[in-house]
Amino acid sequence: MSIPLIVFFACALLAVAGAVTLILAREPVHSALALIVVMLSLAILYLLLGSDFIAAVQILVYGGAIMVLFVYVIMLLNAGAEERTDFSKLAKFAGVPLGFFLLLWTAHWLAHSPAGRAAGTGGAARHGVSTIDLSLLIFRKYLFPFEATSILILVAILGALVLARKSE
Amino acid sequence: MEFITQHPVLVVSLGKIAVLLFVIMTVLAYLSWFERKVIAHIQSRWGPYYVGAHGLLQPLADGIKFLFKEDLTPPVADRLVFTLAPFLALALALTAIALIPFGPPMQLLGQQVFVVSNSEIGLLFLFAITSIGVYGIVLAGWSSNSKYALLGGLRSSAQMISYEVSLTLSVVGVLLLAGTLNFNGIIAGQQGYWWHLIPRWHIFPQIIGFFCYLTAAIAETNRVPFDLPEAETELVAGFHTEYSSFKFAMFFMAEYANMITVSCLATILFFGGWLSPFPDRWTWQLFLPGAALLATGVYTAFDTVAQMRGLKRLQMTIVTLLALGIGSLCLIPVVAHVIQGPFWFSVKVFLFMFFYVWIRATLPRFRYDQLMSFGWKLLLPVSLANLVGTAAWFVWGWMRHG
Repeated sequence: MSIPLIVFFACALLAVAGAVTLILAREPVHSALALIVVMLSLAILYLLLGSDFIAAVQILVYGGAIMVLFVYVIMLLNAGAEERTDFSKLAKFAGVPLGFFLLLWTAHWLAHSPAGRAAGTGGAARHGVSTIDLSLLIFRKYLFPFEATSILILVAILGALVLARKSE
Repeated sequence: MEFITQHPVLVVSLGKIAVLLFVIMTVLAYLSWFERKVIAHIQSRWGPYYVGAHGLLQPLADGIKFLFKEDLTPPVADRLVFTLAPFLALALALTAIALIPFGPPMQLLGQQVFVVSNSEIGLLFLFAITSIGVYGIVLAGWSSNSKYALLGGLRSSAQMISYEVSLTLSVVGVLLLAGTLNFNGIIAGQQGYWWHLIPRWHIFPQIIGFFCYLTAAIAETNRVPFDLPEAETELVAGFHTEYSSFKFAMFFMAEYANMITVSCLATILFFGGWLSPFPDRWTWQLFLPGAALLATGVYTAFDTVAQMRGLKRLQMTIVTLLALGIGSLCLIPVVAHVIQGPFWFSVKVFLFMFFYVWIRATLPRFRYDQLMSFGWKLLLPVSLANLVGTAAWFVWGWMRHG
């Protein structure tokens, strides 16, 4: 087995394990930690696909900014351990089998259809996208949608501020 | 053996990591000695004095003491996170150093010698790693299950989030000048001289950015005057109140490692990294490292004879012989050429470390509300204005020359 493949499986397993822990952990901080593990292993997967810029931004934005705020809020509210409720019947008898079915179906599709094989072996992503190409795309070709998104986010921030303000 | 020939990158990188780790660990240990000595002399005291000549063996004694102290875990603490936090802090602090180039891009076996990982987007990765470095402190504060630790952790996360914004923004001006995120590229862009004398370092056009960076960097590393997460008059020891033994030492080392990273970054971005401050035509500068070491050797020889008695005289003799030996080795032209880059880099980083210690011995601590209003109402607008000014200057240039 080649080294990239070993790294891929290690990170994939870590991501799945982190996601499962995120749901099952009772302590909110543990859930947040598990989510950070998922984010970081996804970043390494992006690195394997040859796009180091996306990997760095994934760590910087999700790992370093958003999750720090999550943990900060959890600590500030001093949220205690959650109470465990019963598994819903629907999830138990319909959700779990359906989930397994989806997993098997995806694996089958990846293994047999030509499009799936191309996706599985990386295809065009092998070459990676350089940071220069990416910034040319963002700031030249797609400048308008990019700036429009930032204005949308600004509006969302203002909305959050209005909602959070105490009414006098 | 087959594995080694198939993956030379892995083997060479592991070698470089081992060497770098050894060097950094030694430097971290002696930084604590250096800090105590400098602060002591600023305050008219002697500092470490008894363990070894000039207290030179004090770091070793401290290390052994940390290893043999009892490792306490509070019974109400979250055991897993409590143990994880110091490891996280130290590991992330050390990882960041892997991206720093300590010398010019010199090749050996197809690999660069002076940098562990020469990433195309080195600066972005460095910021990514340091941004998740907050978790060490935050989780330590939360998992201790103690009032003081929790308050320290909350303060530190608020402070680090606030100052990270200014830190990143103050650097973007340099990036506009350099046009690359790669450290070697940034340094290469600072080659050359104005009027054949003043080096073309980014500090001159980006002086405002530099001061913003310096202030934000001191706040990011939780040092005086921004050391509110561990303000002992209010919070005992802040986030590491409940830590003892080697786990405490790991937080200590992480703080020093972060100081080194931040100083290295300042050197690379604003002070030309491993470039010499003198013009190339001054060829005598090639022998400066050797001459500096020989001068140290002569001074310690004098010190050995005049001041030291008994065992300490033996220790100082060893130090003298080492300084003289390595100093004369550095006078060989080949060695002098190789060592030139790392020498200037470490001199600049050392000056920054001295500045850190100097600040600590001089300035009192900020109040918490002062800290927040300073960060958001002064530092952030100034660094934003610096960025806008630099960008406007570029656009003006394009409009004139097309």
